[in-house]
Amino acid sequence: MTVVHAEPRAGGADPSPARRRRSSRWTGLLGRNPAGLLFSAPYLAFVLVVFAFPLGFAVWISFHDYFFAAPGADVDRPFVGLDNYTAVLSDPDVRRSFVNIGIFLIINVPLTVVLSLVLAALLNQVVRGRVFLRVSFYVPYVTASVAVVGVWLFLFSGDGLVNEVLGPLAPDPPWLINSFWAMPSIAFFVTWKQLGFYILLYLAALQNVPRELYEAAATDGAGRLRTFWSVTVPAVRPATVLVVLLSTIIGANLFTEPYLLTGGGGPNGASASPVLIMYQRGIEQGTPGVAAAIGVILVVLVLLVAWLQRRFVGGES
Amino acid sequence: MQRRTRVTAAALTAAGLLAVTACGGDDDTSTGGGEGGDGGRGDITIWYSNNEAEVAWGEQMVEAWNAEHPDEQIEAQEIPAGASSEEVIGAAITAGNAPCLIFNTAPVAVPDFERQGGLVSLSGFDDGASYIEERSGDVAEQYKSENGEYFQLPWKSNPVMIFYNKDMFAAAGLDPENPPLSTYDEFLQTARTLVSSGAAPRAIWPAPTSEFFQSWFDFYPLYAAETGGTPLIEDGEATFDDDAGTAVAEFWKTLYDEDLASREAYQGDSFADGQAAMAIVGPWAISVYGENVNWGAVPVPTSAGTPAEETYTFSDAKNIGLYTSCENQATAWDVLKFATSEEQDGLLLEMTGQMPIRQDLPGTYPDYFAANPAYEQFGDQAARTVEVPNVTNSVAIWQAFRDAWSQSVIFGEGDVQESLQGAADEIDGLAGQS
Repeated sequence: MTVVHAEPRAGGADPSPARRRRSSRWTGLLGRNPAGLLFSAPYLAFVLVVFAFPLGFAVWISFHDYFFAAPGADVDRPFVGLDNYTAVLSDPDVRRSFVNIGIFLIINVPLTVVLSLVLAALLNQVVRGRVFLRVSFYVPYVTASVAVVGVWLFLFSGDGLVNEVLGPLAPDPPWLINSFWAMPSIAFFVTWKQLGFYILLYLAALQNVPRELYEAAATDGAGRLRTFWSVTVPAVRPATVLVVLLSTIIGANLFTEPYLLTGGGGPNGASASPVLIMYQRGIEQGTPGVAAAIGVILVVLVLLVAWLQRRFVGGES
Repeated sequence: MQRRTRVTAAALTAAGLLAVTACGGDDDTSTGGGEGGDGGRGDITIWYSNNEAEVAWGEQMVEAWNAEHPDEQIEAQEIPAGASSEEVIGAAITAGNAPCLIFNTAPVAVPDFERQGGLVSLSGFDDGASYIEERSGDVAEQYKSENGEYFQLPWKSNPVMIFYNKDMFAAAGLDPENPPLSTYDEFLQTARTLVSSGAAPRAIWPAPTSEFFQSWFDFYPLYAAETGGTPLIEDGEATFDDDAGTAVAEFWKTLYDEDLASREAYQGDSFADGQAAMAIVGPWAISVYGENVNWGAVPVPTSAGTPAEETYTFSDAKNIGLYTSCENQATAWDVLKFATSEEQDGLLLEMTGQMPIRQDLPGTYPDYFAANPAYEQFGDQAARTVEVPNVTNSVAIWQAFRDAWSQSVIFGEGDVQESLQGAADEIDGLAGQS
């Protein structure tokens, strides 16, 4: 019979089983490098305070007859179950706003991806005036929407520049008060305004495409279009996923443009967005419960769309 | 899922739940809509509007009070910037940092502020109701809340009338001193003449946008005039689904259908910019248009042509609220009375051109109206104004009306009568909610 004695560890006595369990628990909780938690704590706190808490609070509000009250005011905020959701889903204005935002995204997201990728690819090849062109595309993005909206109002009014150019082809009534054209007009505006940001994303991605791929394509006799389609597009796919997701999330939160460009979601609610309706119901009309229910539905739908996009656009990346 | 991830997720969930639970626990003290009358004395803060004339009036008022009351000083500031004053005030109530008095409280927002527990009932002061009623007379009744108490002091009105550009009228061959604008038929014919003659691009250009308050400057003044002073809601029910409401709607629909009024929003002031020959505005505009526009003013039209001295209109009033976050409410009430005294009302009239909601305005300030004849008809009109109804869901009610108006009148989709009926049914439901 052989007896094996465990060797005591260097530098100390053998820890007791209880101590080992405690140590294992702390390691499990804090990880092997607790200092990492310290570094990530500020961002974690930021996420908790700015995202997690408001989201949780919004969900809570959506199940209550809630309204904002003075501190200490005796107010009744009863639990109302799914009443707010029922009210929202049976409200034709809200339903229409979701259809509107669907139309917006169908126009805005593909247009954003195609234009920003093409322009980024072209800008990447330009030698002269590169900085000027990059700044030109970026300026609308950093300009306040309120100011830019004013310009578009002049451009797209009945006697604006666009209609002057189009002449008899101009829509009647004009773009921004035309039930058919109001939402596409907003989609074009947002695409134009945000384009600079997405071009920058693609420009960054293009820097990482190996030159060898282009050289190989050239050796194989691929033309510029074939090279773009077979080399550039697949190579920047991760950036495309990011652009698609960001433009969807930002687009779903559309507010400023229908608020200012079409005078509160006009004509007849043809350009009203869910966030605009949330503002009207929650802030103007004092029914945050209904607004929160719209918000929760919007979050769920955006997550669903984003998941689908990630699945179909992302491929295996 | 790894254990560490699970632990982190559990911690996040717990923190979220804790936060959510904490949010629900602040609602079991005191009453919504405070009772006045027992507040303390000391320094107070006030907010007033940020337009130049009102700032000047506010500064002199504060200076006059502070000089006489060293132990009860006023600290004043312009209302903070925001999308609207109502949103700023609503946020301040929720945060508990509203000032004692706000000299820019919109009547449409008062029911919501009251529900939030943000306003003190002025009827709770011994002389609260009597002071308001003695100062404002019968008009004060419109500012009572549903429980019969005053949560706002009716302060000043801007009774809206039809401003017209005399030069454009003359260019169109119309009599600029006696313009034919009394009846709907006259008004429409005048509008056609103005546009067809090329004197004006548009006859009139009210904002065609969807904000809830825009109906105060197209439908409501004409409805008040057509009905002799009927508000949008009476005894908890919508009133406008009748012949008068339909007549007003058809009148405006004709203006839009014939392109005499624009369906597009104008960026700026269409009247001041010479893009429209008429506008519906209150006396505040006199100092704005001044010498730049050769203007005249007449009462809003009615179908039958009501005499000017019998014509009602929308008040476009701004009132004063005393907020529950105020510690020295007794001082605030005294300041409120001081700021609405005959002397201060006279200074307000003189410095801003806005009409204090006070009985017999022309008789109280005869010298002012003699020296400023342009304001005289507004002073007279101030006695016949209609306010937005002081009912629950006031903003939602106006939004429902605006949506129906926008659809059937401005953009001409659907039947006007059916649209108004639909809005009336919806508004009946909203007004019936407690």
